[in-house]
Amino acid sequence: METTAFNRHYTEISHITKATVSLQADGVSNEELALVEGRLAQVVRLQDGQVTLQVFAGTEGISNDARVTFLGNAPVLQVSEALLGRFMNAYGLPLDGMEPAVGVRTEIGGPSVNPVRRAQPFEPILTGIAGIDLNNTLLGGQKIPFFADPDQPYNEVMATVALRADADVIVLGGMGLTNDDYIYYRQRFETAGVLHKLVAFINTSENPAVERLLVPDMALTAAEYFAVEHHKKVLVLLTDMTLFADALSIVSNRMDQIPSKDAMPGSLYSDLARLYEKAVQLPSGGSITIIAVTTLNQGDITHAIPDNTGYITEGQLFLRQDTETGEVIVDPFRSLSRLKQLVIGKKTREDHPQIMNACIRLYADAADAKVKQENGFDLTDYDQRCLQFAKAYTRELLSIRVQLSMEAMLNKAWQLVADWFRPEETGLKSELVARYWKGKK
Amino acid sequence: MTKGKVTGLIANLLRVKPEGPVRQNEICYLLTGGDRLMAEIIKIEGETVFAQVYDSTRGAAPGDKVEFTGQLLSVQLGPGMLSKKYDGLQNDLDGLEGIFLHRGLRAAPIDLSELWPVSPLVSLGDRLQAGDWLVETTENGLPHRIMLPFHLSGHWRVTYICPTGNYPVTHTVARVEQDGREINISMLQEWPVRLAMGAYREKTRPFKMMITGVRTIDTLNPMLEGGTGFIPGPFGSGKTVLQQAIARQADADVVIIAACGERANEVVEIFHEFPRLDDPTTGRKLMERTVIVANTSNMPVAAREASVYTAMTMAEYYRNMGLRVLLLADSTSRWAQALREMSNRLEDLPGPDAFPMDLSATISSFYGRAGTVLLNNGQRGAITFIGTVSPAGGNLKEPVTEATKKAARCFFALSQRRADSKRYPAIDPIESYSKYLEYPEFAAYMEDLEQADWIAQAYHIKNLLQRGREAADQISILGDDGVQLVTHLLYWRAELLDFVLLQQDAFDEVDKYCPTDRQAYMRRLLLDICDRNYQYDHFNEVRPHFNGMINACKQMNYAPMGSPIFEQHLQKLEELAGQFLDATSPV
Repeated sequence: METTAFNRHYTEISHITKATVSLQADGVSNEELALVEGRLAQVVRLQDGQVTLQVFAGTEGISNDARVTFLGNAPVLQVSEALLGRFMNAYGLPLDGMEPAVGVRTEIGGPSVNPVRRAQPFEPILTGIAGIDLNNTLLGGQKIPFFADPDQPYNEVMATVALRADADVIVLGGMGLTNDDYIYYRQRFETAGVLHKLVAFINTSENPAVERLLVPDMALTAAEYFAVEHHKKVLVLLTDMTLFADALSIVSNRMDQIPSKDAMPGSLYSDLARLYEKAVQLPSGGSITIIAVTTLNQGDITHAIPDNTGYITEGQLFLRQDTETGEVIVDPFRSLSRLKQLVIGKKTREDHPQIMNACIRLYADAADAKVKQENGFDLTDYDQRCLQFAKAYTRELLSIRVQLSMEAMLNKAWQLVADWFRPEETGLKSELVARYWKGKK
Repeated sequence: MTKGKVTGLIANLLRVKPEGPVRQNEICYLLTGGDRLMAEIIKIEGETVFAQVYDSTRGAAPGDKVEFTGQLLSVQLGPGMLSKKYDGLQNDLDGLEGIFLHRGLRAAPIDLSELWPVSPLVSLGDRLQAGDWLVETTENGLPHRIMLPFHLSGHWRVTYICPTGNYPVTHTVARVEQDGREINISMLQEWPVRLAMGAYREKTRPFKMMITGVRTIDTLNPMLEGGTGFIPGPFGSGKTVLQQAIARQADADVVIIAACGERANEVVEIFHEFPRLDDPTTGRKLMERTVIVANTSNMPVAAREASVYTAMTMAEYYRNMGLRVLLLADSTSRWAQALREMSNRLEDLPGPDAFPMDLSATISSFYGRAGTVLLNNGQRGAITFIGTVSPAGGNLKEPVTEATKKAARCFFALSQRRADSKRYPAIDPIESYSKYLEYPEFAAYMEDLEQADWIAQAYHIKNLLQRGREAADQISILGDDGVQLVTHLLYWRAELLDFVLLQQDAFDEVDKYCPTDRQAYMRRLLLDICDRNYQYDHFNEVRPHFNGMINACKQMNYAPMGSPIFEQHLQKLEELAGQFLDATSPV
């Protein structure tokens, strides 16, 4: 970060906490950046001449006569097409040993899109995964997280989705990414030959936690540039938002704010919404789609982070391992794509909504039958058939290893239902039964 | 006007040193970086004034100038608000330039150039009081009355009334006089949003059903005109789909939707659909009766708090001209969170879950602004208010849900279990209630409509559902063959009611809206089946028998009433319902 002769310098710090320093200074503005002994910091409080700075890299070893230089602006990213193919850190500085990308200096965390200037999302993003395409169809301009326990292969699934989604630009925001996963992403995108359309901002688990707070804003500022200026379809991957929220709680704690649920700051909802709401379909054709990861603790979605996320995003994709078959699936019960109603049965085949719901209802009956079985009760013939169906449904459709076209998924769903049930057991509309019902295999 | 200087700030909370007198809740403007940002005083402490800025404060600095206005946060009221899309501070979103909402932008809420056809409702010399109707115009097919401004007290004599003609909103349509003081009345007036608008004779108990076309509401837990209700539920349980269905279908003159801290794409959906969809009662486009106040979750948090008051004040204005207004707020939890963020910054001592101590009082006084009123001229107006609540972790034991439960008369609990098994709308029929079922006024009204059995049958259905749930519990504990046959029958009766009456496909052309006569027909039909005395030899016979009937009824739900498909499945249903009957015992 360059400084000039016009920057103001101070050397008397009065307070130091783990994440903040405070000092007397004049002419400082809100959210302005500063360097504290070379470490990047941002103004978070101004009161009666005292300035409080949040030091992104932490305050370990900062002395109370450290040199503080105010830079006169909020965090910026230089946006241009030169960002493509680059790997950067949380400050937007190169990780790949090349010169920084040069472009228009743009403040990150800018204003939101006027809702009347948005278009309605309309374009399905097909991934080949039935748990997504069939049950929870994604659309361009949507924001949706994967909810997954840390042991689930969410990074692999996300990379798969990114590569199949046919985006013009992929922006990867890594927060607290392990070095192994960072390398995995790089190699996967390299092998697929898509580096030329990738922009990555990476904060690994070795980097300071508070730096993560900059990553989503950097990623979304880059995404907005391509979507607004170049009308590109941009896919933004944010992993892992739980670690981002943890960093928020560290800062609010240092600022003496009263914590709300699960020791998270009371503003968690607004803080997350500000980011996720950058997802947009623009009338010009450009769009920003956000696919994020929120890691859970043993599937607990009532924790403040997944809970607030669920209220913001347009659904969630719940990854879990099916105990019966051992397959990793997108859970049909707890997953949801709120925007799917805009396309299913309209852009996809007419029978899509009904056959999808019928399968899920029967899968729910299978879950009930399983409880009965575990409690040692006799199963009815219907219960038995539900269990058989559920197994086939999991193996042949839901497993994330299965890759099918939309058409093939729908046909497969009708086949599975016909294999185990009679039409009147499914509640399907009679016209659809007449048109699509298959004979038993 | 008083001026002042910024002495400090944290996020959007300013500390200002004023140079003169200021008042609590006064609006002021922060001048920073060439922008003029609106703010409201929320605390005065000695020499320091605390103001919350309704915008991003990036770049603001100590020493920045502040201008106080002496005015409380107000909205402009007049013809031309219907079909508008406003932000939480009543800026016309269509009037704002550019793709992005740059801070400090303003757009007039009402078009000053549009001409309105005006005809007088009073004569020279008439004595009037605040809220009385002076002249009438027509807004999107609805009568729009220009009223004597609400802040005037006492009686005023009409000294001038404009002749019938077309005028812009700023035109003087009347002059009134009191004690020698004469004032001009235009079609525009302002009202401070945080004050409940009076100017009516009395508030009465609701008695008339507000039809929503959603069976599980109308049939089991009806909402009344001027009533209050709330919909709590975890995310993904269908709050928004349900509320949008109510917004589309409810029998109301004006619908005001406060999108409070919710998803922008959901508002966009309304923007795109409502101009195309027909109002089920008038045949005009839905957008023509709708006002949207959108403060989506990425807009500044302080304006979110203001947005629900902005919407309520507009509702009160239309109510005072004798219209039936439906106000929907999605979600009141976001509003409560905005209150929490501010009280946190003010370093107030926190209440439960860090919400402010007066949360419960704030929520109940807001719900208290709904109701049905008798106006001074004997006409009626009503505000029906339905809010959604997004309880943290889906747990209903949290401060916002608890406070709202005390304030609202209807409770539509969305259940995760029902949502998981795609039983939509996921309103739990047993947890939910409508206090209005107990209102004698409502019973009398239904009797007048020759629907006297409505209330009794609602209780009867709830009872059958309750017994069905108990039967389900017994079966899951004791097993299919561990219970009596009658337990299976109880269970399947409840399933029949659940699949046919409670569940409704909000995306099906026919099923999404169920008129009251159809609801009454299906209700009586189902209860007739449920009251029959079926005899089975084995529990295995019960499921296919009821499945057949459920299937026939569902096909009926999907078909227009009286259509050949409907009649065909009705016949099938009656055939099935005639099987397994015990001829020996009385029905």
